[in-house]
Amino acid sequence: MIDFARNLRLWFAPQEIAEEGRTPDYRFSLANERTFLAWLRTALALIGGGFAVDQFLPDLRWGWRVGLALALLAAGVLCSLRAVNHWVRCERAMRRGEDLPVSRFPALLSLAVAVVAVAMVVVVLVRGNA
Amino acid sequence: MSEAGASGVRDPGLQPERTRLAWRRTTLSATVVAVLAGKSALHDRPSAAGIVVCALFGALWMAFLAVAHRRIRTLTSDGIPPALATHHATAAALCAVALAACGAALVL
Repeated sequence: MIDFARNLRLWFAPQEIAEEGRTPDYRFSLANERTFLAWLRTALALIGGGFAVDQFLPDLRWGWRVGLALALLAAGVLCSLRAVNHWVRCERAMRRGEDLPVSRFPALLSLAVAVVAVAMVVVVLVRGNA
Repeated sequence: MSEAGASGVRDPGLQPERTRLAWRRTTLSATVVAVLAGKSALHDRPSAAGIVVCALFGALWMAFLAVAHRRIRTLTSDGIPPALATHHATAAALCAVALAACGAALVL
């Protein structure tokens, strides 16, 4: 969490990264950028899912509908913030010649998506029986 | 253009082109989300507030498009492309965050 706060400053201060270490092969930077964009697309997909739940499941009880939609939207927000954070960390690690940072986030995100999916299945089954 | 940079070295990985297409794909995702968002803003009878929120979604989408467009222009120009600027990455992510925040306000 402290790391996160320190990285937060870097998000808005491009020259601080550029001053550190030496510039890596541009292909590595572009690969890092594509990874960032892939995470951003994942975040956008989660946000889109949140809108879709809100809009295309109007028969659902208010609590379930809002809960699922907010869970997906929150996951999208986390995912996009983490995308920038991870991109900054990778960029800095490459400039310093360190190992790329490891992350627990992919595992956490897949667990969260699995939980939301199970919740959806339960909701559909319960509604089907009612 | 993409095959040989300013240094004259052929890049067999077509890295700038792939990155450009990744920006395109991301713009497309943002468009889908913006359309869904606009639809849910105008879901029940279009009200004044709904139209304002819809315009806000449109503005966020335009902001993302502007960031993506600038980056794509940099990537298509000749020579070795510079690394993505930090504030551009932050701006792109904040557009997504703002979309989600408006969505949460709309859902509640």
